[in-house]
Amino acid sequence: MTGPDPAGLYRTVRLIRRFEERAIELVDAGEIVGGIHPYLGQEGVAAGVCAALGPGDLVTGTHRGHGHVLAKGADPARMLAELCGRVTGLNRGRGGSMHAADLGVGVLGANAIVGAAGAILTGAVWARRRRGDDVVGATFFGDGAVNEGMLLEAFNLAALWRVPVLFVCENNGYATTMPVEGAVAGTIAGRAAAFGMPATAVDGQDPEQVRAVTAAAVARMRAGGGPELVEARTYRFDAHHTFEHRVRLDYRPPEEVAAARRRDPVLIQGDRLPAEVRAAVDAEVEATLAAAVDFALAGPAPDPATALDHLYASGLTARTGGG
Amino acid sequence: MPRLSYRRALTRALADEMTRDESVFLLGEDIRVAAAGVTTGLLKKFGPERVLDTPLSEQAFTSFATGAALAGARPVIEFQIPSLLFLVFEQIVNHAHKFPLMTGGQCAVPVTYLVPGSGSRTGWAGQHSDHPYGLFAHVGVTTVVPATPADAYGLLVSAIRCDDPVVVFAPAGALDVRADVTDLAPVPLGRGVVRRPGADVTVVAVGHLVHDALAVAEELAGQVSVEVFDPRTLYPFDWDGLLDSVSRTGRLVVVDDSNRSCGIAGEIIATVVEHVPLAAPPRRVTRPDGAVLPFAPALDRAVQPGRDQLTAAIQLTVKDG
Ligand SMILES: Cc1ncc(C[n+]2csc(CCOP(=O)(O)OP(=O)(O)O)c2C)c(N)n1
Repeated sequence: MTGPDPAGLYRTVRLIRRFEERAIELVDAGEIVGGIHPYLGQEGVAAGVCAALGPGDLVTGTHRGHGHVLAKGADPARMLAELCGRVTGLNRGRGGSMHAADLGVGVLGANAIVGAAGAILTGAVWARRRRGDDVVGATFFGDGAVNEGMLLEAFNLAALWRVPVLFVCENNGYATTMPVEGAVAGTIAGRAAAFGMPATAVDGQDPEQVRAVTAAAVARMRAGGGPELVEARTYRFDAHHTFEHRVRLDYRPPEEVAAARRRDPVLIQGDRLPAEVRAAVDAEVEATLAAAVDFALAGPAPDPATALDHLYASGLTARTGGG
Repeated sequence: MPRLSYRRALTRALADEMTRDESVFLLGEDIRVAAAGVTTGLLKKFGPERVLDTPLSEQAFTSFATGAALAGARPVIEFQIPSLLFLVFEQIVNHAHKFPLMTGGQCAVPVTYLVPGSGSRTGWAGQHSDHPYGLFAHVGVTTVVPATPADAYGLLVSAIRCDDPVVVFAPAGALDVRADVTDLAPVPLGRGVVRRPGADVTVVAVGHLVHDALAVAEELAGQVSVEVFDPRTLYPFDWDGLLDSVSRTGRLVVVDDSNRSCGIAGEIIATVVEHVPLAAPPRRVTRPDGAVLPFAPALDRAVQPGRDQLTAAIQLTVKDG
């Protein structure tokens, strides 16, 4: 990618922010069933990382995946339709919030099993490079995932076979309610060091810093440098999941949340723009989201008779469960 | 006529598919030196980029294969022992199997999981002797258990060409079977075969037990006319072929080297009785509920379905009604 594009980065963080806020409204309105894992506060990470990737590069994300999918270029309207379970959604209403995928823009999927996506991305990037494509990939995971064995196995495979995968740890301080200090022995960077992978810590609240660190890593990876890890220090402003809006779990001191909210990626990036540029981006994002909400709610619900469509890519049909 | 061993049939299938299709590659533990005797000669022929020794990290390399498949490759993973499938059940079921539906049809995950030496290899005891095909049939992953060298070849070829994940169980008890094979050809997934026609009872036998069922049928030939049905693929199952057989014989016995509760034998019986009135209650010969194979050879054998049990089940079924 070329140099920093402050307005472009701002647009992405603003888009994710407003997407999440509108999605929470739709959860409250009962239009999104099952709730969502809000990405509020962490927008700078997805925006910065994806700004340093090319359109053909690959990404995998997590249960908190809306930001990853949007930042990589998925259509917000089809994404929102997916969350609402409509046939017009990215996954035709079969995936929902935690599985949103858009292979057309290189998003191999949000993944709801913690720690699972790193190995998948490693295999995908490896296979594409074996075919001669100059791709790299980025896989997002939380601080909770660094204790999952499969992710550490994936570190080993990527490092051993020099697969250009950026392992992006979004360290938001908590795995659901478990603080990182109570869960991670050693350090997150130390996990990378054990496999001979370079690791860089970055302020995840600053989209430009994330972009710069990622761009440098991507340049080294494209030059044959093997995988790297970025630990983006961030914070989720909101609940682990929207169910928390109802149950009020007590695990974060309110002053901690308040202090973290003052370091808001949307404001940090917005302050870099002239007021009129910022206002224009805001207006454009607002219009995009208004159209997205209309599109999502207008989409038809899938026909129950098609519930098993796409179960098999080979065309196999399954016996049904009735009588 | 050339004699072909089951194990060599698997090698031939891998070699032929790798030659035919550049996107096929192999990964697994110690496969470059062919420690399991299946990948013999393939490193020399195809090089280390296509015959990939993996570190001992089953969960990661299983999902690595999922990713490679999403990116257009056709990986074949060889597992050193059947019980490793418990370790990677999550990766196969939660990811490889679910991706096409969860993405609304955006992708296919054509991975083949090859398990040479499934079931008991005498003396390998509790953690090396499982035969977990029923688990994969239960979750709806295409599950293949060939009995003969020609089927081992033909079903593995079809598995590799299939756009969905397929688990191929090569039972330890069948690996050393040899047969005269004239022409090797793909065998369609989901199509069973009558191995021996008969009139009095249909015996469904899975994998290496096909050979036991044929031997028992031969022993009983003067008294009972036994039809032996080899489903070859447990999921999807050839229900039409089986129902056709049982409609003619009116009796059913299933012999299956996996655990009894929630096993494939129970599913076979349930489906048949949903469709065909039987002249006698159906029977099944299986491992016990919750079986763990004990080490001492006599104990190991005591837990697996045996020919005596099968003979007794057939005789009872024929006597009833
Ligand atoms: C393997 C696995 N274990 C547990 C869960 C339930 N779960 C969902 S999200 C989550 C916390 C994940 O924490 P982290 O990786 O730090 O990501 P964050 O939610 O903070 O973004 C848990 C335990 C799961 N989905 N997968």
